Amino acid sequence: MLTFDGVVLTQGTFRLQADLTVAPGITAVIGPSGGGKSTLLAAIAGFLTPVTGRILWQGDDMAGRDPGARPVVMLFQDHNLFPHLTVAQNVGLALAPRLRLSAGQGAQVATALRDVGLAGMGDRKPGALSGGQQGRAALARVLLSDRGIVLLDEAFAALGPALRSEMLVLVRDRLAASGRTVLVVTHDPADAVQFADHVVLVADGVAHPPQPTAALFADPPPALRAYLGA
Amino acid sequence: MRQLPAWGAAALVAALTLGTLLAVALRAEVGRGLSPGDWAAIRFTVLQAVASAVLSVALAVPVARALARRSFRGRGLLVMALGAPFILPVIVAVLGLLAVFGRGGLVNAGLAQIGVAPVSIYGAGGVVLAHVFFNLPLAVRLLLQGWLAIPAERFRLAAQLNAPVWRLLEVPMLARTVPGALLVVFLICLTSFAVALTLGGGPRATTVELAIWQAVRFDFDLGRAALLACVQFALCAVAALVAWRVTPVDGFGSGLDRVVARWDQRPADWLWLAGVALFLSLPLGMVLWRGVPGLLAMPGDIWVAAGWSLGVATGSTVLCLTLALTLALRGGWMASVLGVLPLAASALVMGTGLFVMLRPFANPTALALPVALVVNAVTALPFALRVLTPAVADIRASYGQMAALLGLRGAALLRVVILPRLRRPLGFAAGLTAALSIGDLGVIALFASDTVETLPLAMSRLMGAYRMDAAAGAGVLLLALAMGAFWICDRGGRMDADV
Amino acid sequence: MTMTLANVGATASIALICATAAVAQTDLPTLNVLTYDSFTTDYGPGPAIEAAFEAECACDLVFTGAGDGAALLSRLQLEDARTDADIVLGLDTNLTAAARALGLFAPHGVVADLTLPVAWDDDTFLPFDWGYLAFVALRDTAPVSSFRALADSDLQVVIQDPRSSTPGLGLLMWVHAVHGDDAPGVWADLADNIVTVTPGWTEAYNLFLAGEADAVLSYTTSPAYHLIAEGDDTKTAWAFDEGNYLQVEVAGKLAATDQPELADQFMAFMAGPAFQQVIPETNWMYPATDVPLPDGFDTLTVPAQGLLLSSEDAGALRDPLVEAWRTALSQ
Repeated sequence: MLTFDGVVLTQGTFRLQADLTVAPGITAVIGPSGGGKSTLLAAIAGFLTPVTGRILWQGDDMAGRDPGARPVVMLFQDHNLFPHLTVAQNVGLALAPRLRLSAGQGAQVATALRDVGLAGMGDRKPGALSGGQQGRAALARVLLSDRGIVLLDEAFAALGPALRSEMLVLVRDRLAASGRTVLVVTHDPADAVQFADHVVLVADGVAHPPQPTAALFADPPPALRAYLGA
Repeated sequence: MRQLPAWGAAALVAALTLGTLLAVALRAEVGRGLSPGDWAAIRFTVLQAVASAVLSVALAVPVARALARRSFRGRGLLVMALGAPFILPVIVAVLGLLAVFGRGGLVNAGLAQIGVAPVSIYGAGGVVLAHVFFNLPLAVRLLLQGWLAIPAERFRLAAQLNAPVWRLLEVPMLARTVPGALLVVFLICLTSFAVALTLGGGPRATTVELAIWQAVRFDFDLGRAALLACVQFALCAVAALVAWRVTPVDGFGSGLDRVVARWDQRPADWLWLAGVALFLSLPLGMVLWRGVPGLLAMPGDIWVAAGWSLGVATGSTVLCLTLALTLALRGGWMASVLGVLPLAASALVMGTGLFVMLRPFANPTALALPVALVVNAVTALPFALRVLTPAVADIRASYGQMAALLGLRGAALLRVVILPRLRRPLGFAAGLTAALSIGDLGVIALFASDTVETLPLAMSRLMGAYRMDAAAGAGVLLLALAMGAFWICDRGGRMDADV
Repeated sequence: MTMTLANVGATASIALICATAAVAQTDLPTLNVLTYDSFTTDYGPGPAIEAAFEAECACDLVFTGAGDGAALLSRLQLEDARTDADIVLGLDTNLTAAARALGLFAPHGVVADLTLPVAWDDDTFLPFDWGYLAFVALRDTAPVSSFRALADSDLQVVIQDPRSSTPGLGLLMWVHAVHGDDAPGVWADLADNIVTVTPGWTEAYNLFLAGEADAVLSYTTSPAYHLIAEGDDTKTAWAFDEGNYLQVEVAGKLAATDQPELADQFMAFMAGPAFQQVIPETNWMYPATDVPLPDGFDTLTVPAQGLLLSSEDAGALRDPLVEAWRTALSQ
């Protein structure tokens, strides 16, 4: 369980309040642009310290822990892969940040690459892959890590609808299915409806507690209605 | 704890610049304060440095603009040749300039053909001309970097809107880059010695550095030397504060071979490019033309000296890059201050101070090469820092968060992310440092013995013994080595680099 | 690639430091002579003199070069009594007053038959060569024979700065020796004949060779280099009617030397033929004692008179003369 306990985040004059608990499975984070979706994720990852309140994971306060020491993996819109490392090295970073992989770990990397449909492409550099393949390589690294929280900050926004769905299927089948807590920032309500169990609406300086997706979209509150333009 | 290496690097630089000054001041016995001549020297120094900086940067604007928006065969070569005047020993470059602009030079020969009275290069104008020759290329590089930092999309947007690129994009960029470029050129000209004097035409053209020379060498008035060196640092501090108030430090990186597609090209670009190419290549061509026959007249020792020079340059480069990387990783005020401090240091005070500091522990002559190695590294540090600091900031901006999430830190972060991503700027900075070190006579003359000599020292000794032909040959060899070292390092940084 | 370079660099630097630190080990006593740079080069007098002296002294003679003559003095002042040097060789008469004032030198004790055009009675500093300062020009340039004539002519000359160069300082003494209190006026008249003032001899001579001036301040012996080494007889030196100033290069023995006998032996050797005959064709100056001159030296211009201020006068006059010179040329 990921819990925001009376958390207040500020960035300049912007202020975001969050008091909520996220369950395992896929939770979509939606809301107007500039509403604070990325701010919320940055706080979980440890890039932003709450002004007040605590962020708890399985009951433990994560305050004071470096991003690398948190049970969090994250994908951004771009710069998810180091262009100077091979695909296998990029994926292997999840197991050995110093890039000294044992034979066993090498095999794990190969398996992860096969799982995302990149079998045999481990020796290529990211520059030699298509956008969809790059996304899958980044996902492979997330698959390999054993961290419980997965944050996708518009990670597939640059991909077309079909590719994006393909990625989200992978996320659902590989990550959510294994019991991880996945937070997906998305602009497309259709993604949320199709893949997310719950939805966190971030608007007007408040991150609202997650609602079951179907129920939320069946009867949208005013803030969501405004965002959807319905 | 993680700050420790940066503080160590800072301490080394401070010891060589301010520490040597302190050592000289403490060793001082008599002092007679500043004479009227010294004040005249300070005035002339500041005036010529301002004029040189303004002219160099003003001319650099159209040239850098033309380079930024034109793609042509030999563009890479021209950008590289831009570095040549900067690394040439002063006397060689001055002789090259005189072959073009001097009494019997090409310009006056041409004027005589059309019956126009000859023009004299000597005087304040000659000093500024020489400084522009040395620093215009540097200013072009600094500004070119600013142009290339403007994203290509902005030019497309401006072209679509039919908006004036100059006012919309280029003026704001120049407002950010010009003060930094002015500062660097001003500081280089502030401590210039031989150029100002040789072309200055008389004692009016006396610089502070010459007054220091006189105080140390003839009067042995170390107190006055220290005082004058303080004046140099004070001038540097004022200039730096003014420049930083206007804008933060800008860097110049390695990606100068990129041309952004532009829709506002003007034919005048070619005029500027041809003009600068001619202005730089004619004196260099004369250096080569006069020097190549001298290659055969060089004594065999020259090759040994060249070997020592390469050794010192290699060591300097490693040390300089280590210092620069350490400081660039820390960034902030320390990188900014150390990026200008060595520029304001008087070479003679540095050498004398080192001599005084080392004398109690060892025979300075035996330390000539290590001392040259360290001094050359510190002298080149401002340029290496300007290359590496922005590059490190870029890497942090792009990959910092991901690296943090992956738990990459310390040595692992350096090895896995930063060093590989820095290859191009590191290669460029290495080339620059090596070239500067090979061309630098610097402090070695103060320490040298007959057993070891570097190429610039061997060259100056040849000249001191009437052997001008052999010296001219050594000048060509020196230029070739410096450019070769630059090319190899720069090339090494680019090879197989994944953008 | 970068890492490989770094490794190579580190290895090279270490090798460099080791090589420098490895001082030649020998059982022979060592005589350290501090001198100027060009003395020690392969084409300078150093190697031949070293070989000749070592053949008779059973010692190791080590020349250490320290820039030019003025650098020599500042080096000595920096090192003070802690200097390793036993002998300092290469000071000139403009600098000996300051050098003597350091109180580091001992009497040389050598009685030599000197061939200087002036009397020499200094018991601390012993000359090893000398020359006349002169304007050197192309043979087909119409010569002038006085500063006044030069000032009245359209000739363009290049000179050295007296604040950074010994010939430049010598020129100041020369004009003063000839014109006394009128010297500032002469300098003012000369101003439009001076192309430029260079920091050192090297720049000035290069400018002259590059055709930037009709004449350069150098030595009457300069044409000998071109004649003998290059077979070029187009250069000549101008003798002035009132005489040409002398530059006398001297050596002195340090009182604190740990090799007093060897030092004495070297000072005596310096006045002998084995040392002196090397001088003309390596240092391109006149030898200080009577040895045969090489062919070509007979063609050199010989001024009617050699001028030389005493080292005390030269030392005392330096500051006021430099200031007057600066003022006269800054108008």
